[in-house]
Amino acid sequence: MSEIELPTLSPRRMALRRFVGHKAAVASCVVLGLLVLVVILSPLTARYGVNESVRKPPNSFLPPQKIAWFGTDDIGRDIYSRLIYGIRVSLIIGLFSAIIAVAVGCVVGAVAGFRGGFFDDVVMRVTDLFLAFPFLVALLVVRQTLGALSWLTPLVGDMSSVRFIIFLLAFFGWMTVARIVRGQVLSLKEREFIEAARAVGASRRYIILRHLVPNSIGPIMVALTFSVVGAIIGEATLAFFGYGPQAGAGTTSLGILVQAAKGAVQSGFWWMVVFPCAALVIISLCINFIGDALRDATDPRLDMGH
Amino acid sequence: MLRFIVRRIAWAFPTLLLVTFLVYVALRLGTNPVNSYLRSNPRASPEKIAEYKELNGLGSNYVFGYFNWLQNFLTFNWPRSIKGSREVFPALKDALANSLRLGVAATVVGVTIGLGIGMFAALHPGGRRDVTVNTAAFIGISIPPYISAVLLQLLFAVYWSRWFGETLFPTSGVYPAGHIGFNPVLMIKHMALPTIVVAIQIIAVYSRYMRSSLLDVLNSDYMRTARSKGISERRILIRHGVRNALIPIVTIAALDVGAIVGGLIITENVFDYPGMGVYFLKAFGDGDFPLMMPWMVLIVASILLFNLIADVTYAWLDPRIRLE
Amino acid sequence: MSDPVLLIRDLRVTFDTPLGELHAVRGVDFDVSSGELIGVVGESGSGKSVTFLAAMGLLPPRAKVTGSVILDGEELIGANPRRLRSIRGRLMSMIFQDPLSALNPVHRIGDQISEMLQSHQKISNRDAATKSVELLDLVGIPQPGDRARQYPHEFSGGMRQRVVIAMAIANNPKVLIADEPTTALDVTVQAQILEVIQRVQEKFGTAVVLITHDLGVIARVASRVNVMYAGRNVESGIVDSLFDHPSHPYTRGLLNSLPRVGSERLEPITGFPPNMLRPPIGCGFSPRCQFSQPACDAKLPELRSFGDLQTACIRAEEIVVSGAPVR
Repeated sequence: MSEIELPTLSPRRMALRRFVGHKAAVASCVVLGLLVLVVILSPLTARYGVNESVRKPPNSFLPPQKIAWFGTDDIGRDIYSRLIYGIRVSLIIGLFSAIIAVAVGCVVGAVAGFRGGFFDDVVMRVTDLFLAFPFLVALLVVRQTLGALSWLTPLVGDMSSVRFIIFLLAFFGWMTVARIVRGQVLSLKEREFIEAARAVGASRRYIILRHLVPNSIGPIMVALTFSVVGAIIGEATLAFFGYGPQAGAGTTSLGILVQAAKGAVQSGFWWMVVFPCAALVIISLCINFIGDALRDATDPRLDMGH
Repeated sequence: MLRFIVRRIAWAFPTLLLVTFLVYVALRLGTNPVNSYLRSNPRASPEKIAEYKELNGLGSNYVFGYFNWLQNFLTFNWPRSIKGSREVFPALKDALANSLRLGVAATVVGVTIGLGIGMFAALHPGGRRDVTVNTAAFIGISIPPYISAVLLQLLFAVYWSRWFGETLFPTSGVYPAGHIGFNPVLMIKHMALPTIVVAIQIIAVYSRYMRSSLLDVLNSDYMRTARSKGISERRILIRHGVRNALIPIVTIAALDVGAIVGGLIITENVFDYPGMGVYFLKAFGDGDFPLMMPWMVLIVASILLFNLIADVTYAWLDPRIRLE
Repeated sequence: MSDPVLLIRDLRVTFDTPLGELHAVRGVDFDVSSGELIGVVGESGSGKSVTFLAAMGLLPPRAKVTGSVILDGEELIGANPRRLRSIRGRLMSMIFQDPLSALNPVHRIGDQISEMLQSHQKISNRDAATKSVELLDLVGIPQPGDRARQYPHEFSGGMRQRVVIAMAIANNPKVLIADEPTTALDVTVQAQILEVIQRVQEKFGTAVVLITHDLGVIARVASRVNVMYAGRNVESGIVDSLFDHPSHPYTRGLLNSLPRVGSERLEPITGFPPNMLRPPIGCGFSPRCQFSQPACDAKLPELRSFGDLQTACIRAEEIVVSGAPVR
């Protein structure tokens, strides 16, 4: 017999294999993992407190040196430590707003895609319009409006709080996720296995939970990664223009750090610009790589042969 | 096809009204126009205040207020800015012109280069140049525009002059401060850096679109048929490959063009370029309702317009979806 | 029989894959003359399509092709790509299985046929358009003048396949290769398409190679037939003879597995085709053959004459004589 038994793999393992084959994505996981570790262990890994001065004056605008690895800012705080705390805040904002966005977006998108009709039309038109608006403008306007609705404040917090930013970014994030999920549901809806499920009398809820959702995990995970990176950049953008979480006592974020950099450019204090920017770019690059590899790994089209 | 266009235009008007109404509500609610006016004009007389409220439709009720505003808007009875009573229209017009110039330049440069690179990469998928292009595009997408803007500014404003003794690309404004009149060379020099920043993003995005779209097309059956006909490779690539690959891209491009004005905000801000973005940010910061509303209307109208253009272009390019 | 217009000798095709070298075609001989309609039968993976894609030069670069393909006296294997391109569509044409995806969805039908004409002849746009309409009429498209201005999605499956045929014969090629032209169509439409192919052949004297897995199609239109299995020719001959007294166990198995009126059970051929990454040394059909002997696995059997057929089974005489049931 000259037949070969090819080992069969479940779709999940095939996806995992494909993901692992993306070297850039794997490297990104490692880099991100290390970063998260450093950030979680922050009281240990940071060398100074968030608002702590490196030493007695003169201590401002010191270039990178032994007492301050990434140099100091305008009032003598260690940029390295501030970066660690700032990344922590940004990651928290990114993660939580993405989770809310995905949760809401999945529900809305699934219902819109599955039931179609008027609800679907409305959702599509509304999200279309919102997403077509210049991002920053919409962000700012919604920020003001949300802040002005006093009955919302108990839930979302004060306009300058981290909680507010999370909800604000989630408010934008869910729309993209909803569209992705809707698209996925639409394409799955016509597939034979759904028809077969209906033919044996499965209820709508059962179909959604047991068939549609598991088959959408791929796009949902991809949507999650891109929501995270979108939120992190969104926060940074807001802070850049001065509308980010206010640097209350003891908080800073990546965005605030980059905003501070804006003023430092003309004076040539490159360390204030380069390190926060590099951090932002590296984080965003890593998450993008991971998201891209996830998308390739879970793309059903790539299941056809070799 | 004509019926399609007419129907879409007909739908556009109510949509425009509805959206501007929502914007009106949002701005009135969020930016507190009356307070902002009082802040900027602390010694305004009660008559002036009333006049301000009247012209801007800030009367009691939101709905009536909106129609009030709308009436004034449509009859070109536009209220003036709360700061210094500047006329809105000239300021808006200048901002629009500046942004358009920047946007169009960046888009033309970006899309042409991007599509070219994408085609280049798709012809040898998996090869070394493909991987290089992909990675470069990826990095380009991952760098938010304001970071590249700030970095470029750092490079050119500070270091270039330090290394080379003179400024190659200025980093702010449309002209050097105080310059009067029209000077294309100076204008281009000032536009160079912002254009590069925006173009980087565009190139990154469009090269990926083109690569993926062209690859899809090159792998389809009708390409095999085309080859079996014995046509020249170049004709196959252009008339069959690129022609089909462009369809989804053009649609996206049309939408992008519509959004370009808003998308320049960050870049304009970093480079102090007086376009629509800077106009809005300043107006928003001041809570300047009379400046903001016309700006919004312009943006919404252009979004709707380009949505329509995108749909029409798609139907024109792809006969499969011309349902009439 | 006149000189063959297409002569294939010892054609071998291997593909470089991540899992190793795939031997798709392992030494195939073939010939067809003007006016003849030859059938090539085999299951998926037998190499029937790859053989002719190789002859046309349409295989991807990672395919290695050796052997000889002589079209009208000219060797195609290893020929200059420009020469090959000039031959494709002019001297030799191919049509494929799925007519919808075979046509470019954004070009009009008439334009696609004109493109075929203008790539190989010096002919003005207007003349090309006229000729396109004539060709559409020839293949039986009603109102060809109007239809030429339409797009592929406005045609039904059968109509599209007719268009594809019209396109393929536009330059009056000497050889037309039809790769499963009827597989994607309804049964009633299949008959029409076959009839179109025959009509075209009668009118132009084109040599036609009809590749299919459907024996019924062969029986209906082919004069000779080649049976392929595991990348090789296992039997060939005149259709009537082959159907009446097949000598190779695979052919016999194929005929036996056709559903018959009156019989109750279907008789498929048990087992699976061999793995072409590591093709067997001996006869490819041996693992599934009820007549298999050690000698069969020892060496790759060659085609030899057997009465009015050519067979690759070393035990052909015993099989036929033993009166093993066929039909």
